[in-house]
Amino acid sequence: MIKTPEQLNEKIAACSACLDGKFKGEEGKRAVVLCGGTGCLSSNSAEIREKFQKVIDEKGLHDKVSVNQVGCFGFCSQGPFCKIFPEDTLYRMVKLEDVEEIVEKDLIGGEIVERLLYVDPATGEKVQRQDDINFYKKQHRIALHGCGTIDPENIDEALGFGGYQGLMRALTMTRQEVIDEVLKAGLRGRGGGGFPTGRKWQFAYNEAGDEKYVVCNGDEGDPGAFMDRSILEGNPLAVIEGMVIAGYAIGAKNGYFYVRAEYPVAVRRLRIAIKEAKEIGLLGENILGSGFSFNVHIRLGAGAFVCGEETALLNSIEGKRGMPRPRPPFPAVKGLWQCPTIVNNVETLACVPYILREGWEAFAKYGTEKSKGTKVFALGGKINNVGLVEVPMGTTLRELIYDIGGGIPGGKEFKAIQTGGPSGGCLTKEYLDEPIDFDNLVAKGSMMGSGGAIVMDEDNCMVDVAKFYMEFICDESCGKCTPCRIGTKRMLEILTKITEGKGEPEDITALEELVHVTQNGSLCALGQTAANPVKSTMTHFMDEYLAHINDKKCPAHVCKNLMQYKIVKDSCFGCGMCAKQCPASAISRTDYVAPGKKLAAMEIDPQKCVKCGACMSTCKFKAIIKE
Amino acid sequence: MARLSENAVAKISEICGRYADEPTPLMMILSDIQNEYGYIPLEVQEIVSEKTGISVAEIYGVVTFYSYFSLKPKGKYVIGCCLGTACYVKGGGQVFDKFSEVLGIKGGETTADGLFTLDALRCLGACGIAPAVSINGKVYPKVKVSDVPDIVASYKNA
Amino acid sequence: MSLVNIKIEGHPYQVEAGLTILEAAKRCGYDIPSLCAFNHGECNQGSCRVCLVEATGARGLVASCVYPVSEGMEITISSPKAVQARRTSVELLLSNHSAWCQECGKNGSCELLRVAQMTGARVINKEGARTPVTVDELSPSIIRDTSKCILCGRCIARCQNAHGLSVLGYENRGFNTIVGPAENRSFMDSPCILCGQCVSVCPTGALLEKSEIWKIDEAKKAGKYIVVQTAPAVRAALGEEFGMKIGTPVTGKMVAALKRLGFDKVYDTNFGADLTIMEEANELVGRIKNGGVLPMITSCSPGWVNYAEYYYGDQLDHLSSCKSPHEMFGAIVKSYFAEKNGLNPKNIFVVSIMPCTAKKFEKERDQLKNADGLPDVDCVLTTRELGDLIRRSGINFTKLPDEEFDQDLLGEYTGAGVIFGVTGGVMEAALRTAYHILTGKEHELVKFEQVRGLEGIKEAAIDIDGTTVNVAVAHGMKNAKVLMDEVRAGTSKYTFIEIMGCPGGCVAGGGQPYVKPCFLPNEDIDILDTYKAKRSAALYTEDERQTVRQSHNNTQIQQLYADYLGEPCGHRAHELLHTSYAARKRFN
Repeated sequence: MIKTPEQLNEKIAACSACLDGKFKGEEGKRAVVLCGGTGCLSSNSAEIREKFQKVIDEKGLHDKVSVNQVGCFGFCSQGPFCKIFPEDTLYRMVKLEDVEEIVEKDLIGGEIVERLLYVDPATGEKVQRQDDINFYKKQHRIALHGCGTIDPENIDEALGFGGYQGLMRALTMTRQEVIDEVLKAGLRGRGGGGFPTGRKWQFAYNEAGDEKYVVCNGDEGDPGAFMDRSILEGNPLAVIEGMVIAGYAIGAKNGYFYVRAEYPVAVRRLRIAIKEAKEIGLLGENILGSGFSFNVHIRLGAGAFVCGEETALLNSIEGKRGMPRPRPPFPAVKGLWQCPTIVNNVETLACVPYILREGWEAFAKYGTEKSKGTKVFALGGKINNVGLVEVPMGTTLRELIYDIGGGIPGGKEFKAIQTGGPSGGCLTKEYLDEPIDFDNLVAKGSMMGSGGAIVMDEDNCMVDVAKFYMEFICDESCGKCTPCRIGTKRMLEILTKITEGKGEPEDITALEELVHVTQNGSLCALGQTAANPVKSTMTHFMDEYLAHINDKKCPAHVCKNLMQYKIVKDSCFGCGMCAKQCPASAISRTDYVAPGKKLAAMEIDPQKCVKCGACMSTCKFKAIIKE
Repeated sequence: MARLSENAVAKISEICGRYADEPTPLMMILSDIQNEYGYIPLEVQEIVSEKTGISVAEIYGVVTFYSYFSLKPKGKYVIGCCLGTACYVKGGGQVFDKFSEVLGIKGGETTADGLFTLDALRCLGACGIAPAVSINGKVYPKVKVSDVPDIVASYKNA
Repeated sequence: MSLVNIKIEGHPYQVEAGLTILEAAKRCGYDIPSLCAFNHGECNQGSCRVCLVEATGARGLVASCVYPVSEGMEITISSPKAVQARRTSVELLLSNHSAWCQECGKNGSCELLRVAQMTGARVINKEGARTPVTVDELSPSIIRDTSKCILCGRCIARCQNAHGLSVLGYENRGFNTIVGPAENRSFMDSPCILCGQCVSVCPTGALLEKSEIWKIDEAKKAGKYIVVQTAPAVRAALGEEFGMKIGTPVTGKMVAALKRLGFDKVYDTNFGADLTIMEEANELVGRIKNGGVLPMITSCSPGWVNYAEYYYGDQLDHLSSCKSPHEMFGAIVKSYFAEKNGLNPKNIFVVSIMPCTAKKFEKERDQLKNADGLPDVDCVLTTRELGDLIRRSGINFTKLPDEEFDQDLLGEYTGAGVIFGVTGGVMEAALRTAYHILTGKEHELVKFEQVRGLEGIKEAAIDIDGTTVNVAVAHGMKNAKVLMDEVRAGTSKYTFIEIMGCPGGCVAGGGQPYVKPCFLPNEDIDILDTYKAKRSAALYTEDERQTVRQSHNNTQIQQLYADYLGEPCGHRAHELLHTSYAARKRFN
């Protein structure tokens, strides 16, 4: 049991030396590290790890090579990852069958397995080390500290990598000093609204009462965002530490993690971390002899996006339907069980240990005037490098999409980026050089949200995109307030009408009215932001709306009623593959033989075509187009 | 309404008892029951109501609010197709439709043999491997429409 | 009480801190359209978004029903932004709402139509989807039609506050959300006590009593001999149906109206109440003297009886076996009265005007039919339905003269019968007579002050010739539960308990005229706090006006026993005036 800061310092020194040794390969030892994030786990990284252990044992290398698991590397589209220390070689897209080769060639032969290295898509060069990959070059890891580096199921590695040093410093300060530190760091809520975290803490601190709570919002639900999950999977102790610091600052004795039930790996690792921390005295009564006691509990969500809204989340913990409460009173005044409560999201709490450990200046040196520090984004959609990235606030969209994200695949043209998930909006190419921070995104009609960033190219129909998000919100609306319950349904109906080619000019006015009432009149943030995708696509892509409504055309050829597949006869070799694939028997041979071709061209009967696109993906000659 | 066996009543009472020290244990009780039995029918809610003093209507309201809770039995294998943005953009919808076609059921339904339930899921947070499908917690990455029959067959034969 | 300075529409006001914008604006003379909120925070979901206004210091618009005023706040009701949003909110509600206003029972007192008018909402949804609809007409008391529900949650709050029951709750999520008993069941398959409190707060026609006016037309067509009786609480509220001030007793006009509606006899249920007291007081004395089951508990409230059968099925022998007053009255009409008038009981049609929806269910109970299967009472109308009937018949109620009930055979009544309509009234009436039975004397105090008033649980220790009898009065099932748990545990110290289903007793019954401040511009701003007391006062005044105030001194009652029934609680009395109860499963 660790009962004093001195004992903890001793422990940290030992852990840190051990971890250092692993990375530096002391005593000639080498380490194989495998990604244990959900993405890589689903690509068999656990089995790969077992196989490594097996092969290494078989070869009698177990004294010389250790096999380890770490949290998410973030570069999920290239997973599963395998890293070899001390050389810091990164292999990507590793398969079970690659294990023996890596052992033979690299671990025994000291030779790099070139074919498993990352290839820079721009230059075609192979890159050996993670830090040299463009995807990682501009990143600064504060919230993701330790993710992809330490074993999340081993508290010693977390302690050896900076863990609990922030809390140790916090415990030497007064509660107000801790709050001031967070205020000066300029930390703002990473879950959506960007409310200054220190101010939230101050409100709760100012409230009288013995019972106060810290709640960690891990009900990450924005489709396309998964940073909270990666943090919990990669370094759960950091979030726990952040929560304990918050508890100390406001005077709470208990903290609750509210985590989505859909995140079993994150929950398991969190449970392990809590158990280990308790066992060595880093949670519970009289932490480090400070007189401050803090206990941590886990509550699981049960499949309701709206529970990411803080008051709905509190209702859910209270065993009720997750319907938001009117505010005021704010949770900091009357929260969980009517007691003062702060609700901070995972990424926010993960930043707190850094601020306390390194000092507010270290955090505030990153970012823009009003948005300090870094932000984790989940890059997805039509982008080469799909994954999680952590960049300083103020990074431009261009850097994010092109330098880090590697641009758009297939040489397609960038059309828009949706930030903030279904609550956010889309930004077009004229905004590519805008710095990303909380206020600038709002000013440009979008929002930070939790950091989802979905890239869209010329093949995406923006009315369809708006409809997709509206469908999501409609499904996830709690049903409490009128604008969100009925207004989103009516907006979805209008958008569906438009995408089906039945739109009328009045629909635009009707949408505008519905946008107004949901935005200004809804009860909670879910409803207030529900219309953002509609509003921003209407702002930037009104021409697409009008093309659907007036010309009955979908410019991106996405909306099935407004597009058709066509065979360009002069390009058609008449191989007939398309006709074989067609489920509707809509393709037949014509009499026309194109110049230079031997067989007669095929054609599609638009009356029979079900627009499944099977023909187009079958055609080797790119003779089938959408129009 | 079917009557519960004595064993079931005892088990549900035991689950309710697990959280006797918690101020508001309803979600935890319902999660445990869902995990234990795969569904939470009204007669079970009645027992929970008696043990906790929460009205049946309120419990029913909670059960029907959260998509994780189910009033009807789920299949032995619960197939969840992610339809989050990243998966949707990469063809998650077609994968879902294929499962629906192969199994002959719609989303939220269970096959007559009780083997499979098909659900549409919001984001699994596995966007890097889109489109993703989760079957009883195991995540399948980058699923193609053509993979679907084999995936189903592998469980049928299991 | 601290005050804050605010501005509404640019005008400065001082209001109490802690008020919501809606309440503050009301006190300053504004009427912001509002729908879901009710009764200072009894329902404060802030969900309908009809009362949106602009307020400084807030982002977007705020729901004035839940947003508190603060120092220096400037509130704008009339800005185009707020006006448009309020209108769209109402239009959205209407777009998912049954459009058949003229066939709705709430026509004329619908709060949704009121705000539609106020906000100028006009758009009708022709194509859009609607939430799947459930119409529950299985119960004889209450109809639930989800196509008219706006999900305000008032009914849920009322069921919880009045009874601690939460029979109703929200179900499903999002656009599919509805309000109903668990599993969207009928009230008949749920442990609902049918008290109608939910009906009395519902802003729309989603919850309504099941009208039986048509039965009167049928009875007339069939040439039935129609006897109507009116419960005491009806006279204290019927005037409200015609715009009269709350608390105006209208006994004379009510009788005049009934006499113009073509009924053959117009009687007062008070006679039945006096009869109930005779039986109940004697039953009580019998239980005390013979070591019967105590405490004995009153059984005139059918809501309470339903509750007992659902939740205290193991304690039913505590309930008095006496039928409720209107049932006793019906039984006597179809026996004694029929005999005296040479009528065939099968040809008599008994109509009860009741402040209650549960009475509609009660009259259908098998235990309340005679050996031939003939029910004691054929038709129960609520006070509201009587209002409808009077309006339908072209009677100008306020201009009617005062007239007297029919006086023959069953016409006399005492003050004891009148006060049945208020909480504590049955207890007080029973004590007057029980005292007499036990001592042979009249109690020097006619009034038993301890059991009057709106306190949730009232208790008194009555000295009867040196013996102290402990009694208690509860109304609303939340309070009843407290007493019943003691009874079940065997720790109850009481000899006699009165329980009424509705908080406040019958004057505030679920069948009484709606008390909706938005439709009562001439009532005080705090009318929801005072209406029960005002209606009660009307009944206590009538009690005091009576020369005879003890049931046992009702000469027609004495005549009835002498001519027909024999002894109170005797054989014939038992056959006609007593009933039985049976435990019921909560969810079948």
